[in-house]
Amino acid sequence: MDGAPQSTSKDSLVSRRTMEIVVAILLMGGGGVVMFDSWRVGIGWQTEGPQSGYFPFYVGLLIVAASAVTLVQAILSRQSASVSFVSKPQFKLVLSVLIPAIIFVIAVRYIGLYMSAAIFIAVFMTWLGRYGWRMTVPIAIGIPVLLFFVFELWFLLPLPKGPLETWLGY
Amino acid sequence: MEDLSALLHGFGVVLTPYNLILIFVGIILGVIIGVLPGLGGANGVAILLPLTFTMPPASAIIMLSCIYWGALFGGAITSILFNIPGEPWSVATTFDGHPMAQQGRAGEALTAAFTSSFFGAFVAVIVITFLAPLVAKFALRFGPAEFFAVQFLAFCSFIGIGRGAAAKTLAAMMIGFALAAVGLDTVTGRLRLTFGSMELLRGFNFLIAVIGLFGIGEILITIEEGLAFKGRTAALNIKIVLQTWKDLTRYWATSIRSAVIGCWMGISPAGATPASFMSYGIAKRMSKRGARFGTGEIEGVVAPETAAHAAGTAALLPMLTLGIPGSPTAAVLLGGLLVWGLQPGPLLFVEQKDFVWGLIASMYIGNIAGLIIVLTCVPWFAAILRIPFSIIAPVILVICAVGAYTVNNAVIDIWVMMGFGVVGYVFRKLDYQLAPLVLALVLGDQAEESFRQAMLGSQGSLSAFWANGLVGTIMTLSVIVLFWPAISALGAKLRGGGTADRIAGD
Amino acid sequence: MRNLERRALILVATAAASVGMAAEVNAQAWKPTKAVEFIIPAGTGGGADQMARLIQGIVAKNNLMAQPMVPVNKAGGAGAEGFLDVKQDRGNPHKIVITLSNLFTTPLATGVPFNWKDLTPVAMLALDQFVLWVNAETPYQTARQYLDAVKAAPANQFKMGGTGSKQEDQIITVAIEKAAGVKFTYIPYAGGGAVATQLVGKHVDSSVNNPIEAVAHWKSGALRPLCVFDAQRIPYKEKITATQSWNDIPTCKEAGVNMDYVMLRGIFMSPGVTNEQSAFYVQLFQKVRETADWKSFMETGAYNTTFMSGSDYRKWVEDAEKMHRDLMKDAGFLAN
Repeated sequence: MDGAPQSTSKDSLVSRRTMEIVVAILLMGGGGVVMFDSWRVGIGWQTEGPQSGYFPFYVGLLIVAASAVTLVQAILSRQSASVSFVSKPQFKLVLSVLIPAIIFVIAVRYIGLYMSAAIFIAVFMTWLGRYGWRMTVPIAIGIPVLLFFVFELWFLLPLPKGPLETWLGY
Repeated sequence: MEDLSALLHGFGVVLTPYNLILIFVGIILGVIIGVLPGLGGANGVAILLPLTFTMPPASAIIMLSCIYWGALFGGAITSILFNIPGEPWSVATTFDGHPMAQQGRAGEALTAAFTSSFFGAFVAVIVITFLAPLVAKFALRFGPAEFFAVQFLAFCSFIGIGRGAAAKTLAAMMIGFALAAVGLDTVTGRLRLTFGSMELLRGFNFLIAVIGLFGIGEILITIEEGLAFKGRTAALNIKIVLQTWKDLTRYWATSIRSAVIGCWMGISPAGATPASFMSYGIAKRMSKRGARFGTGEIEGVVAPETAAHAAGTAALLPMLTLGIPGSPTAAVLLGGLLVWGLQPGPLLFVEQKDFVWGLIASMYIGNIAGLIIVLTCVPWFAAILRIPFSIIAPVILVICAVGAYTVNNAVIDIWVMMGFGVVGYVFRKLDYQLAPLVLALVLGDQAEESFRQAMLGSQGSLSAFWANGLVGTIMTLSVIVLFWPAISALGAKLRGGGTADRIAGD
Repeated sequence: MRNLERRALILVATAAASVGMAAEVNAQAWKPTKAVEFIIPAGTGGGADQMARLIQGIVAKNNLMAQPMVPVNKAGGAGAEGFLDVKQDRGNPHKIVITLSNLFTTPLATGVPFNWKDLTPVAMLALDQFVLWVNAETPYQTARQYLDAVKAAPANQFKMGGTGSKQEDQIITVAIEKAAGVKFTYIPYAGGGAVATQLVGKHVDSSVNNPIEAVAHWKSGALRPLCVFDAQRIPYKEKITATQSWNDIPTCKEAGVNMDYVMLRGIFMSPGVTNEQSAFYVQLFQKVRETADWKSFMETGAYNTTFMSGSDYRKWVEDAEKMHRDLMKDAGFLAN
C-alpha cells in the first residue's frame, strides 16, 4: 500500500500540497453533510440507547476534525508545495484510460454491456497497446462472448443488453 | 467412536465414481465463480441449487459444497494478482498478497494462500467432526453484547496497524463508518443519509466500493507508472509450491493461532470477515517481522487466509445444529436443506446421520481435491501477470464493471464503482489508508446494530459489556490488544531488550 | 390523462385476468420467452427467501415452465429496493415479486413512495402464522401466565425479540401490549432464525417467530409455543413433539389476548402487464400448489394454505393495508 513515488519534475500539473488541501476541504464538507443529516434524525442518547443519528453524527464530526488537522498540516508544510501530485505526462496516461472507461460506461446504457465491452477492449488495445487487428479482433470479440456464455446462459444473470442482442432474440 | 464409524460410512457414501466427478466439476466451477467478481459463492450456489434437486441429496450437497470450496480458493486469486478482493474476507489477503505479486512472487503468494485456506478449513472440519455436540451450544451464549465485543476486538486488533498520518487514518476509517451508515437504520426503521434518493436506499455495497477502491484504483496507479504490470517475472514452475511449503513450516504458530481464531469466529457465529482482519492484526503484533507487514510478508497472507476459511467452514456447524446461517452461501444451502426435506436444527445429527456424515466426509475430500487442483494450476494463474497490460487492463475493467452491475442489477453501480476508483487513486497517492476504510465499511453497521441492541436490552447502560464472564473477557482482551504495542514496549524496556526500534516503527 | 387511462386499463385487465382464469380459454396465449426474475424484497435465509427458492426448485424439478426462474434478493431499505424495482419496470412480464408484510409496513414507516396499487396483484400463495414463543426452561405454560408475569414485573423488564423495526413483529408486539395492558422492550434483529436462537440462548424472554423459524427448537425441547395469532387453530394434527401437534397450540384469542395477525405470502407483478401474462402466473402457482413438495413444505412451516387470485385477492390486500395503517398509526410508527 505504498504511495506512488513522487517526482519533483517541473512539468508538474498540480502540487501535492494543493491536492492535500482540496481533498481535506472536500472531506470536511462531506463530514458536515453527514453531521447535518444525523442531527435531523436525532443525535441523542435516550433510555433505549443511542438514536439513529448518534454514531453518524460523531463520525461526521471526526471526519471534519481529522480533515481540519490535515488541512492545517498541508498549509503549513513547506516541503510538499514543491512535490508534484501528478505530472502532465502521467495525468495524460491516466486520462487515456479513464476517458475511454467513462465512455464505455455511458455506452452500456445504449448498446448494452457486451457491445460496449467489445469496442472498449478493441480501442484500448489498438490505441494504447498498438496491436494489429489480428490480435485485437479475437480478444475484443472473444471476451464478451465468453462473458455472455458464463453470465447470461450458465449462471442466468442478465447483463444490460442493446439492439444487437434484441435482434439476436435475447 | 460411534462418530468415527459414522464418518467412515460417510466416506463410503462419497467415494463413488459419480460423486468424484461431481467433486471435480464443483471445484472447477467454484474457482470460476471465485475469480469473477460478479459471481459470489452464494450466487453460484443459489443458481445451481435447483439443478441438484434431481440428484440424490448426498450427491447434491457434495457438489454444492465443492463449489463453495472452489469459490473460497478462487477468491484469493484475484486478491493477489489484481488487488481485487471478491469477498469481504479476502480483503486482508490483498495487504501482503498483492505486494508479493508485484515483487514477482505471485506463485509463492498463491501457494501460501491456497495451503493456508486448506489448513484452516481442515482444522475446522476436524473440530466439526469430533467436537460438534460440545461446541454447538457455544453459539447460544452469544447475545448482542457478545457480538459487539467480538466486532470491537476486530477493530482493536487492527487499529494503529497502518503507517501514514494518524489524522488521515482516522478520517479514512470514519469515511468507512459513514458509508456503512447510509440507508435504513435497522434498529429504528428510519432512513438516514439517503437525502430522499432512491438509489441510496440500499446503502453502499461493500463489493462495489472495494472493486473501485482497490481494483480500478490499482489500474490507474499502474498506468501512471507506465503501461506495465509489475511482477511479470513471476516464476512459472510447479517447484515453487514445494519451496513455499518449506518456508511455510516456519509459520506454524501463526497458522495454528489463526485457525483457532477462525474456528471460534465461525462457531460463535461472528463470521469470516472479522476473523480475517483480527487474525491479520494479531499476527502483525505477534510477529518478529510485524513492522514489515503490508510490504509483501508471506505471514500476512497466511494469517487472514487460514482464519477466514476456518471460520467459513466452522460456520456450517451453527447452520446445521441451530439453523442460523453464518454466511450468505450458508443461507442458500439452508434453503436447499429444506427443499430436500431436511430440517436443520439440533436433531439433524440424530435423525439424518447419512446426510450429515456424508456432508462432513465430502468436506474432507472436497478440500483435499480442491487443494490439489488449485495448486497444480498455480503456474498458470501466475502466468496471467505475463499478459501485456494493454490487453489485460481493459478486460479487468470490463469484468469489474460486470461485477459491480450484478450486485444490484443497476447500471448506476458501475458509476459508483468508477467514482470509488478515482477516490482510491487520489487516496493512495495522498497516503490515506484504504484498509481501515474498508474494515469500517464492512463491519461498521453490524457493530453499531449489536451495540444498540445491547443498549436496548440494558436500558442504555454500558454495564452490559461487562455483565458476564464471556463478554467481559472479550472486552478486556480487546483493550489489551489495543494497547499491545505499549504493553510489549514496556515489557521490552523491563527486559532491556533491543526490540524497541521495531515498536517505534509501528 | 394517459396515465389515468392506463391505470384504468390495468384495473380492467386485472379483473379480466381473474375471470379469464376461471375460463382458462385464452390463458395459454402467453408464455415467458426468457428467464423470469423472481424478486425477493428480503435477505437470504428468511421466510420469503426460503419460499421463493422452494418455488424455483419445484418449477425446475417439475418442468412447469420452459424458461428458468431466477431468484434475486433486493432487500435494501427494508425491501423498498425490490418493490421499487418492480414498480419501475412497467409492463415487464418477466419479473415477479414475493411479498411479506413489508409491502405495507415499509412505505408507511419510511415514506418511500410505493403502494401495492402500483403493482399488479397475481395470487396469494399462503398465509404465514405467528406464534408466541418462550424458552422451555421458563415456568410459563400458557400465554395468560406469561403475560401476567410481564404485567407484574416493572415495565420494559421483559424483552421481546423480533425481526426488523416497525415491521410485523414489532406491530404484533404493540398489539399484544395493547390487548394485555403490558409493556415489553422490543429488540430488533436482522432475521427470524437469529431471533429464535437468541430466545434459546435466553438473550430475550419471548418472540413471535413464524413456525418454520422455530419448529426445530420446539422439536428439540428448547422452546415452548404459547399461542398462535390466527383466528382459528392451525389444522395440522401430526405430532411435532412427543405430546403436541401444531393443532394443540391454542389461539391467542382462546388464551384471552384478543388479537389476530397473519402475514401475506403473495405474488405481484410489474404494473401494465396484460391479463394473459398475469393469468399465466396464476396457473403456474396453482400447479406449484399441487405438488407434493409444496404440500410438505406447507406442513413443515404450519402455513395457512388459503389461495386467492383476482378480485378476492385485491379485496384481501386492501383490507390488510387498512389494518396495517390503523395498527401503525396507533403505535406511532407512521413516517411524518
